[in-house]
Amino acid sequence: MSNFLQYTIFGVMLGAGYAIAATGLVVTYTTAGVFNFAQGAIGMVAAFLYWELTIQCHVGVVLSLFILLVGGSIVSGLVVEGALMRRLHGATAERPVMVTLGVMVILTGLAAIIWSPTTQRTVNNMVSGQFSLAGINIQYQEVLIIGVALVVAAGLRFLFVSTRPGYALRAVVDDPELLALAGVSPNRMSQYGWVLGSMMAGLSGILLAPTQTTGLNIEAMTLLVVSGYAAAIVGRLRSIPVTFIAAIAIGLAQNYISNYVLPHLSQSLGTDLTYALPMIFLFLALVTLPSVRLRASGRLSAVRTPRVATRNESLVGGLVFFGICIVFALVYNGTIYNGTTLLNLGGLVLVLGIVGLSIVLVTGYSGQVSLCQFSFMGIGAFVMGKVAGGGSVAGLILSGVVCALIGALVALPTIRLSGLYLALATFAFADAVVTGYFNDGSVYGGGGLNIGRIVLPGLSFGGDAAEFLLVAAFFVASAWFVLAVRRSRFGRRLVAVSDSPAAYATVGLNIGITKVTVFAVGAAMAGVAGALYGTVQQTVGTSDFDLFPGIIFVLFVVIWSVRTASGAFLAALTYVVLNQLWPSGLGIFAGIGVILIGRAASGILGLEVFRINWPWLHTSGSADLADGAEEDVYVPSTTGDVRVPG
Amino acid sequence: MTGTTSAPSVTISGIRASYGRIEVLHGVDLAIPSGSVFALLGPNGAGKSTLLKVMSGRLVPTAGVVDVDGFVVGKTPAEKLVKRGICAIPEGRGIFPNLTVRENLRLWTYGGKASMAEVEEKAYTTFPRLKERRKQLAGLMSGGEQQMLAISRALVTDPKLLLLDELSMGLAPLVVAELYESVKELARNGMTVLMVEQFVTTALALADHAAIMVHGRVANQGTPQEMADAALTAYLA
Repeated sequence: MSNFLQYTIFGVMLGAGYAIAATGLVVTYTTAGVFNFAQGAIGMVAAFLYWELTIQCHVGVVLSLFILLVGGSIVSGLVVEGALMRRLHGATAERPVMVTLGVMVILTGLAAIIWSPTTQRTVNNMVSGQFSLAGINIQYQEVLIIGVALVVAAGLRFLFVSTRPGYALRAVVDDPELLALAGVSPNRMSQYGWVLGSMMAGLSGILLAPTQTTGLNIEAMTLLVVSGYAAAIVGRLRSIPVTFIAAIAIGLAQNYISNYVLPHLSQSLGTDLTYALPMIFLFLALVTLPSVRLRASGRLSAVRTPRVATRNESLVGGLVFFGICIVFALVYNGTIYNGTTLLNLGGLVLVLGIVGLSIVLVTGYSGQVSLCQFSFMGIGAFVMGKVAGGGSVAGLILSGVVCALIGALVALPTIRLSGLYLALATFAFADAVVTGYFNDGSVYGGGGLNIGRIVLPGLSFGGDAAEFLLVAAFFVASAWFVLAVRRSRFGRRLVAVSDSPAAYATVGLNIGITKVTVFAVGAAMAGVAGALYGTVQQTVGTSDFDLFPGIIFVLFVVIWSVRTASGAFLAALTYVVLNQLWPSGLGIFAGIGVILIGRAASGILGLEVFRINWPWLHTSGSADLADGAEEDVYVPSTTGDVRVPG
Repeated sequence: MTGTTSAPSVTISGIRASYGRIEVLHGVDLAIPSGSVFALLGPNGAGKSTLLKVMSGRLVPTAGVVDVDGFVVGKTPAEKLVKRGICAIPEGRGIFPNLTVRENLRLWTYGGKASMAEVEEKAYTTFPRLKERRKQLAGLMSGGEQQMLAISRALVTDPKLLLLDELSMGLAPLVVAELYESVKELARNGMTVLMVEQFVTTALALADHAAIMVHGRVANQGTPQEMADAALTAYLA
């Protein structure tokens, strides 16, 4: 019985920590309409700074809290709002997700440079001591966290439902222009919203820091908030009381399951499940959400997209590209760079290029954000090496099929919902697969999983040049496939479903089937790419398919162009080259890049300077729709008074 | 309606405005007498709503001057113009759909002196239906009720100049009549009203003055009687 009480109290404390993080997510969503993926990273930085202040500089707890929660939040809130978010007005729906992810990888990248992981940093409890109640020991810190969570939730609830500033904070998401007409500065309100959100993020990071008894870890602190995702989802990202209760329930459930259920399972399964719990909760929460109403937007925005290459153009472009690859293979065969052969690096570029193409298909064409393409790669490599025994064509096919099935399962709970939820589900899935599965020593084995080169009757790809050309052939074929899909009837459906789901449904087409199909096809492509990755590297390890590199790669695709095959290739090239030159700077580059590209929907390749028809550079061709220099063309609503000539 | 002879409350001269590179207003001149109801008519794409956007600080003109009671609008942001007594109700529904009726009403007087209770009372007196709906999300009400809520902003903030953009859009004639009754009431109390309207007869019946815009210019202006015939030509052109 006393065990039960102990678990309960610790569960409530854990839940209270999640509650602070989750209410922070609700605050930002309510006041900015953005799900802040950088929430955990902001909390992580706050926790590290708190360690710097209290442990290194011996600043008092209260003063440290004041400096970080007031000063720090104001700075970070104003920077995020002013420099990043305000510039996104009128951008496509996936862009705020990308920018907050960009902030996340910048912060984790900087943190890794500033706070070397070799030093152990532990944060003391804010209040020490404990007391005894009904025979169990309760720490004052636990009481403090529960108290702070309650006060924060109650205070925010009061602010949002009973005060005029609270109404204005909520109204700015609905209609900033109307808010200005009502006499309130929408920019000011957005700033307040971001400052408040940063404050919540910092508070949750600092309060949960002492629970990291083995020392602060950048990734673990950043991902701690994932457990809060489910709570925020149950609260529909709007209701603070529901979010609070859900967070407490999740904390309790997590603690009960880890103490009562997991000990009865095998140790490895138990550990895997512990890591997978946040994702399981999130998926359960997603399933309980009601479907979104399909709303026809009052104002449709047309985004200038690169022209899709014709069949002949893409045939010629692909053959020319393959020709260049042959020349590259002949010239650089045997050249070593940084301990690996140049052709091996080239093979990596092409493999990642295929993953990039899958992102073009899923995100660029159908507007769905997938953050777990690297996870599918990892699963593909695993299937190739472990199940199919490596080095076989059957393994390639099997990895595609398995990933397609898993992809469909990931996408299924979210098809009824808006795009944000798929991004969340893929984020949680990637996190769970990496921490719970790939990191399990039995999956890839301690020394990595061996995957041989493919052998066909009479053909061997044992040599680097042959392997490079094999992967090049797969890349060109994938590019042809993706472009052919875009030109097909199904491709037009993809664009339609991302432009206006409401119109799509009224035409009599099934949104769910379209979305799941394209997601599964994208997953299959990534899976095959993963199997190919295995054949290039010949051995894959646990850290090859991590969450953060996967996100960074998506950002590079967005930066170059999420709508063209050349964007996918250049993203892969950038990623591999930067990874050789300055691996710890990858995230910083990607984050800054995606912030700079802002709302430009078609990335660097969509910029004016590239709007020339260079089929030899753009396998997808490039756009020259009109003579305007602006990126986005707005088509006013049907009742608008503007006439757009032509 | 005695505003016909008084000095102009609003003087618009040589206003040009564009969206990107597309110029929509090519030099608009208008004078709106103080305390009058002025109807702005014209076919789709004439630039009526754009003119209201310029007047309410939502679009900076490329040339020309809007003068409201001696104050030049210029680049003043919309939220500052509200304090100068300009109240603009945009086309569509000028409400926050995810706030309740009561929260919308309270928000209208953000930063003002009126207490939240006074504001609610004032609106409920004119539109009792809003009182019944006060706890409902504004976005879930009928179109007419939403427009009542939108127009309540003019009731509770008591501006000098009211800019109304297509109040009747998508509403049944009976509801439109009820809404314009409240506009009439506001005008009677001395408020200057500029309304953009597609229902020509409704607008002309209410207005003291009218102008017709075509292709980004004022094609005609005068009394409602004079404009009735001109409107027909403008819409058929």
